[in-house]
Amino acid sequence: MTLVIDVFLFLFLMITAVAMARMNSLFGVVMMSGIYSLLSAALFMVMDAPDVAFTEAAVGAGISTVLMLGTLALVGRVQKPALRRHHFAALGIVIVTGIALAYGTYDLPAFGDADNPVQTSTVTERYVDVSGREIGIPNIVTSVLASYRGYDTLGETVVVFTAAVAVLVLLGRARRRGVTGEERESDLQ
Amino acid sequence: MDNLLQIIIDHYNYWIVIILMMIGFYVVIARGNLVKKLVGLNIFQTSVFLLYISVGNVMGGTAPILVSEAAEARPDAQVLYTNPLTSVLILTAIVVGVATTSLGLALVVRIKESYGTMEEDEIIDMDQAEDKAERDRLRGPTPEEIAEGHPS
Amino acid sequence: MMHRHPILRAVSKLLIAPIMLFALYVQFHGDYGPGGGFQAGVILAVAFILYALMFGVETARRVAPMWMLRFLTAFGVLLYGGTGVVGILLGGAFLDYNVLAADPKAGQHIGILLVEGGVGITVASVMIVLFFTFAGRK
Repeated sequence: MTLVIDVFLFLFLMITAVAMARMNSLFGVVMMSGIYSLLSAALFMVMDAPDVAFTEAAVGAGISTVLMLGTLALVGRVQKPALRRHHFAALGIVIVTGIALAYGTYDLPAFGDADNPVQTSTVTERYVDVSGREIGIPNIVTSVLASYRGYDTLGETVVVFTAAVAVLVLLGRARRRGVTGEERESDLQ
Repeated sequence: MDNLLQIIIDHYNYWIVIILMMIGFYVVIARGNLVKKLVGLNIFQTSVFLLYISVGNVMGGTAPILVSEAAEARPDAQVLYTNPLTSVLILTAIVVGVATTSLGLALVVRIKESYGTMEEDEIIDMDQAEDKAERDRLRGPTPEEIAEGHPS
Repeated sequence: MMHRHPILRAVSKLLIAPIMLFALYVQFHGDYGPGGGFQAGVILAVAFILYALMFGVETARRVAPMWMLRFLTAFGVLLYGGTGVVGILLGGAFLDYNVLAADPKAGQHIGILLVEGGVGITVASVMIVLFFTFAGRK
């Protein structure tokens, strides 16, 4: 049953991605990217990763769609149709890369295999077996996120902070052309 | 034949992830619009997330949340959990991904404001025209131009 | 903005408080179920973004002034790092929560609560700042 849901969700995901690649209306592309995020959130849920599904649904389908729409309001929503001559070169590169990667998957463990090296590694065993006693909270993801891999999460938080600083540096003030002192004043607040 | 079917069942997930990844890659290299490129990068990024979660998944496993309070005291070997580590890596990556995407969008807004376009080929043409004008200015008038009596 | 959509305005007014409540639930229930600082931060930001969409960015900026958001963005990271430094001061390693309380498990609880709080504050304020910056630009 899970397999069927999995296959269908992946199918929808592929259709959405192809539609996004072909569309020329940026507004449509952004709306499709919201759908794409929601579908991948459903897939994360099917693959037993509720924390990730939760985040993807909130961030991908919510915030990033809103931010992209905000950008489109500033830059316009039509793109030029792509040039024909680029198509074939790009398609060739993409197909060759794809085949090389697909060849590489033969070395990957089977999907859902419990004897997968990722599952049998001592790190995973430690997280699953000992975190309940060591940290004392049931959600292993939270204990790994906040405690075992605290450094990593600190780094991620700093990245988010830095991105906000960079966006403020780029867009924080009104345009230089035709700005009155008043507008600047209101913008700073 | 059974062997082939087994290979497909074992690997179809990775193949679809690769197809999605390549669609994203295609959008990035074949489309000139900068917003479209960012959307392509997002497709690519999400396919990497799916790859990680696929690797961490266990058939018949459950979400990595300990099933009962009793499990705290007694590690329960019977319950199969999905890998918590892949979840942690990806859930932070999603939030960082939206932050970096917004930085990219901010750059697109600034590019649009200074160039008046967000199509890559037009931006390159404008840059090259500007470079050429700059080179011509630095080089000064050519001997032919001086001979014709146009000093600049 | 949106003066001609009374139904949307009424519904969003009804929704904003439950969204914030849900964000707090996700924040503090992250130890027991799916959730945590990252998700809670995003959901809290969504409440503000919905308000800004309905009543205009300028009105929303009066509710959540930019100087406060900038302060909170940094404060979350500082809270996270500070928790680590307190660990050092109490004789442990950086981000070692065992020393925060007499019982290592209680220490872990406090540490995770503070750290997740820091993450939540930073993520929420960053998302609101991003939206205000994009939407407030003319």
